[in-house]
Amino acid sequence: MFVLRLFSLERIKRWLWAIVRFVLIAGLSFVILFPIFQKISTAFKHKSDLYSAVVVWIPQHVSLDNFKEAMRVMDYWPTLLNTFALSASTTIFTTLSCALAGYGFARLKFKGSNLLFAGVILTILVPPTTILVPVYLNLKNFDLFGLMTLLTGKPVNLLNTYWPFILTSLTANSLKAGLYIFIFRQFFRGIPKEIEEAAYVDGSGIFGTFARIMLPNAVPSLVTVLLFSFVWQWNDSFYTTTYLTSSQVMSTQLSSLPYNLAQQVGDGASKADPFYLSMIQDTGILLAILPLIVIYLFVQRYFVESVERTGIVG
Amino acid sequence: MLYILPWLIGFLLFFFVPLLASLRYSLSTIQADAQGIAVQFTGLANYIQALTVDTSFNRALVEAVTEVLINVPLIVIFSLFLAVLLNQKFPGRAIARSIFFLPVILASGVIMSLESTSLIDAVNQNAGSGGGSVLGTFELENLMLESGMSEWMVSYLSGAVDRIYQIVSQSGVQILIFLAGIQTISPQLYEASRMEGATGYEAFWKITFPMVSPLIFVNAIYTIVDSFAGNAMTTLIRETGFVKFDFGLSSAMAWVYFAAIAVILALVYGIFAKKVFYQD
Repeated sequence: MFVLRLFSLERIKRWLWAIVRFVLIAGLSFVILFPIFQKISTAFKHKSDLYSAVVVWIPQHVSLDNFKEAMRVMDYWPTLLNTFALSASTTIFTTLSCALAGYGFARLKFKGSNLLFAGVILTILVPPTTILVPVYLNLKNFDLFGLMTLLTGKPVNLLNTYWPFILTSLTANSLKAGLYIFIFRQFFRGIPKEIEEAAYVDGSGIFGTFARIMLPNAVPSLVTVLLFSFVWQWNDSFYTTTYLTSSQVMSTQLSSLPYNLAQQVGDGASKADPFYLSMIQDTGILLAILPLIVIYLFVQRYFVESVERTGIVG
Repeated sequence: MLYILPWLIGFLLFFFVPLLASLRYSLSTIQADAQGIAVQFTGLANYIQALTVDTSFNRALVEAVTEVLINVPLIVIFSLFLAVLLNQKFPGRAIARSIFFLPVILASGVIMSLESTSLIDAVNQNAGSGGGSVLGTFELENLMLESGMSEWMVSYLSGAVDRIYQIVSQSGVQILIFLAGIQTISPQLYEASRMEGATGYEAFWKITFPMVSPLIFVNAIYTIVDSFAGNAMTTLIRETGFVKFDFGLSSAMAWVYFAAIAVILALVYGIFAKKVFYQD
């Protein structure tokens, strides 16, 4: 009898907790998804729906005008292509160079390697704003130890090209690269040494071991770093607005979107309705993040699983 | 050594040299013209200018620092709580997880700053939930005050409720890290504690909490660095540099800012270093 009552009390407690948990998670999910739903609903609204008292979520006149307008102002397709090329190339270079560096720091011990690793940590901690001005000036008159002057007679201006991104990502110093090196180092440290030793005994060189044994083992952390660096490069406005002032990349387009809208949508003398502008701006944001959401839908399963095994945790 | 070489070149070229150059610029006046730049040493003039003359610098700095101090504990606690929740088994767990990691992808950079200026959002929120939520927090505040909680605590917590979207959207990576950490804890520990009659609540404080305490440290650092990377302060530094072209002043501001961050990081390190539990 007593045992039975205890059992049911336990059950009630478990049910209560399940309900509380459900409410919490559903509520917080709603908080996260709410702005996205709102943008989707806004994007399909017609201009006249804005002031209609009836329309809250589902538009009365479904129209694609907002999309057309936003695409025109943002120059959507070329921008999409540029952004994709930029993000994809930096992502691949960053991942490769960071994997190399991470492996180096994890396994190959030499004099001063700890000191150098402290340098990696420093790159994570120092805010990029601190070194922005010198890097900017450096890239404006890019002169690799006098090499460029020797070859072409004068330093090269690398601003407004993709070179700053390619160079920094090739040398593992792009956006948040310190973090990726850290992730890779932790992960490679978690792989048992015996695997490598076996490869060495079988006659594989250091590089062969890295490419054929270690990298295939590091797929979870590779996926994490690839996704992170792609997404952060895509959304980054800090470097892109500094290095690329006139190129068409998604984040520069987005940050100048309010201004462009005000310029181009208004019909001449009279100012355009700010609510209408805001509506198109929301559509623009939706268009900008749409590719990311699509990619996330495809990789999320893999991503969520892989992060748990990445060894961020060590 | 060969592996680190690409990084080392980049480190010297794009980090270390610029860092030193920035320090030098902060101590000089810089004239930039077509021929290049002329650097003239002026000592601490830029720092004095930033701290005493410039009207917006001090305010922006104080704002940035207080915001971080307020948000960091909230984000860390919140993400630990969510990680524990998302680690339990329940139907729809996979969907819930992918929703909670969505902010990692969406809420960064321009999108956040544009969103805050969006009129449609503002209007809809006022019309829809605004009135209700303000009332809700108000009643909750009264309730908590009457039950004898101190006033700053109450305003802190109700402020957190009002900023829930900001907090949720900043804790994606932290949830990931905690979740990964919780999953490395061996299930035997929990089994043993259940045998001994520990409740889930006790198991959390006696097992989960000490085991993830190194990650609390990591997450605290990450959150601080992350929230310092983009705020009013960085825009001020950028504007001084690239709109007013006062590179010296901009560098000085950046260094003061960096010093402030370093002090906070050192404080956090000091607090955590002794408390963190390491297994080995």
